[in-house]
Amino acid sequence: MIDTMLITAMVLFGISIAVALYRIIRGPSLPDRVISMDFIGVNLISAIAVFSVLFQTRAYLEVILILGILAFISTIALSKFIERGVIIERKRDS
Amino acid sequence: MKTNDVILQMITKIVVFIILTLAVYLFFAGHHNPGGGFIAGLVLSSAFVLLFLAFDTETIIKGLPLNFKVTAAVGALLAISSGIVPTLFGHPFLNMVMLTINLPLIGKFELGTIVLFEAGVALAVVGVVVTIILSISEDV
Repeated sequence: MIDTMLITAMVLFGISIAVALYRIIRGPSLPDRVISMDFIGVNLISAIAVFSVLFQTRAYLEVILILGILAFISTIALSKFIERGVIIERKRDS
Repeated sequence: MKTNDVILQMITKIVVFIILTLAVYLFFAGHHNPGGGFIAGLVLSSAFVLLFLAFDTETIIKGLPLNFKVTAAVGALLAISSGIVPTLFGHPFLNMVMLTINLPLIGKFELGTIVLFEAGVALAVVGVVVTIILSISEDV
């Protein structure tokens, strides 16, 4: 019973990632793509958590932490690029 | 327009320590589990990249006086010398020794020279990745 629920959840995460992928390819502006990439990151983290529950292992928990860190940093970098045009600046008060 | 990133800098000051803790955990988990020096170096350099993103380059370099090219060179030297030292005693290249001791509070504890090699790899990865990102960001 719980296996059926987990597999259904994985399929729904896959459909959700596919919808977000459509928004990345066809997105009219850059902020749409940034939001969509963050959405894919969150969905991937949840799918890996469901996957590790399904296979009853703890070997994938570091993957969740590292994906969380990378999604956080990439979202910050892209939104800073949209706002200011530079990502790493030499001197702040310009 | 005056820029205002108080929330980003406040969050960064907290999150950097979480990332550094994860890097140390991955470094020591590499003995029996997934992890190791290379991945610890990558996570550590992502912490430095987050600092460079939230603040600017001059503030971080002033607060952390670390030449990353020298860091990469010291790491490569440490990794290679931990491989060369066993050849002086007649063992093969990169031969590692390990002994198990009993500490009072921790219990069974494994000391090995592989930690030196992994620390060298981690230092080399941090130096190379941060040098690449800083030199990419400098051409504006």
